[in-house]
Amino acid sequence: MTTLSATVQARPDREGATAPARIAVRDLDFYYGDFHSLKSISMDFRDRQVTALIGPSGCGKSTLLRCFNRIYSLYPDQRATGEINLDGRNILSPSVDVNELRSRVGMVFQKPTPFPMSIYDNVAFGVRLYEKLPKAEVDVRVESALRKAALWGEVKDKLKGSGMGLSGGQQQRLCIARTVAQGPEVILLDEPTSALDPISTGKVEELIEQLRSEFTIAIVTHNMQQAARISQYTAFMYLGEVVEFGPTNGLFMNPAKKQTHDYVTGRFG
Amino acid sequence: MATSTLNPSEMAGAAPREVAWGRVRPGRRIADRTLKVGCTLFTVIGVFALGWILAMLLVRGLSALTPAIFVNITPGPGTTGGGLANAMLGSLILTGIGILVATPIGVLAGTYLAEYARTSKLAALVRFINDLLLSAPSILIGLFVYALFVAPFGGYSGWAGSIALAIIAIPVIVRTTEDMLRLVPNGLREAAAALGAPHSKVITLVTWRAARSGIVTGIILAMARIAGETAPLLFTALNNNFWFSPTLSGGVSNLPVTIYQFALSPYGNWQELAWAGALIITATILVLSVVARVLIRKEAAR
Repeated sequence: MTTLSATVQARPDREGATAPARIAVRDLDFYYGDFHSLKSISMDFRDRQVTALIGPSGCGKSTLLRCFNRIYSLYPDQRATGEINLDGRNILSPSVDVNELRSRVGMVFQKPTPFPMSIYDNVAFGVRLYEKLPKAEVDVRVESALRKAALWGEVKDKLKGSGMGLSGGQQQRLCIARTVAQGPEVILLDEPTSALDPISTGKVEELIEQLRSEFTIAIVTHNMQQAARISQYTAFMYLGEVVEFGPTNGLFMNPAKKQTHDYVTGRFG
Repeated sequence: MATSTLNPSEMAGAAPREVAWGRVRPGRRIADRTLKVGCTLFTVIGVFALGWILAMLLVRGLSALTPAIFVNITPGPGTTGGGLANAMLGSLILTGIGILVATPIGVLAGTYLAEYARTSKLAALVRFINDLLLSAPSILIGLFVYALFVAPFGGYSGWAGSIALAIIAIPVIVRTTEDMLRLVPNGLREAAAALGAPHSKVITLVTWRAARSGIVTGIILAMARIAGETAPLLFTALNNNFWFSPTLSGGVSNLPVTIYQFALSPYGNWQELAWAGALIITATILVLSVVARVLIRKEAAR
């Protein structure tokens, strides 16, 4: 996999571990019913950095992501124990309102999920949930979110059209705009490009690069090239554990563990 | 070989090995053909019976259908002419009130089953009872409402009739609402919840909207179902040969019971009116069904 190391080396912006931790995970365990799927996870997600979670299917990377906004709590048989500190507050504590948490920690899913309403209403959805703004103000927020999601030029003349009428790549950028519009601190991306064609994938990756200046980003991806292209930190997970976690360069070029080495060189997974 | 049909000698040529013929018993071929002929025959019988009913209805109904029917009220015994204006308006009102009562109950109960109690034991029980109600004989529902609202309050009324129709419509609406909401992908619920929407907003702003045309279809089908119901009205709204009271107390004239009474009568003009009424109801139900189908197709195309 020489291309991988080339991808990593080509990046100009590898800074050291200077950014402060935004999310600090400590001894996190997760259960689907009786199945123990995350085992004592501890790691930090740094402020305004992209952290990629990689690993073979079923290793728990999506499960870990789904802990940060407690979306798993929609399902009664799923539970998490341990600590996830967001800016120092344990979000797993029952005193945290999940809906408020989710307005601060946005999530974009694998399959684009536009709501059955206009493009404008899709983007305004999250804004209207938490803020009573005059129409002109909402207009501004919608436009700025669509610009940040690099979608404004394509949809500015059809904001009243249905969000379901867009192409797959546009729908996914619409979902990113919807999340961005709410003004979260953290954005979780769960394989956001695995349902997209290469051109749309490229657009979404550029977008992630830009969003990093404002948001702390965690991304689950199956695609190691993608992790190497867009992330500053990478965690390699296997069987519910974080095998290795560190700056993306190091993890791909000089993995400390043999398992990581085998995975990033394509020997298993 | 690719273009020619595959005959046994070619098969043998392609794969030179001993082929034992006669493995297919002659009985199997006969059974095969019998099933095909049987299915076709009984389909024809079924369609023929339905077609006959519709053809008779069209011929006799159309000849009885005059503009006067929409203006005049039902005639008394031994008079000539007359129309169905009061019965049509009565049916419209009874069905309308019935649907207005049934819609909120049915939609909310369906929402409870699909969104709040998907796997609970109570939901399974409610679902079972709802399915029973769905196929309950409608005369029973008429008697139930008679015992509950007509006998104690001293008399037939349009309200009792509407309640009986509502009880028939509710299980239809519950069932379709639940089914349509279950078709909404879970990803949509997760996406709305991930934006911090509480469950109530996820339902009202996203899943209801996603299932909207399906739910409306269910309501329309329920309307079509109760528009032609006769039995539940016999014990509740009964009928009336005049304009009914604006408070809907006393008998309220309606098409199904009018058809029932007029068709059994010895008077020629009554029988003619029964044919016309039957055609009007059938056409109404047809229109409602077509609207429902168009809505379903729209939903599927999305």
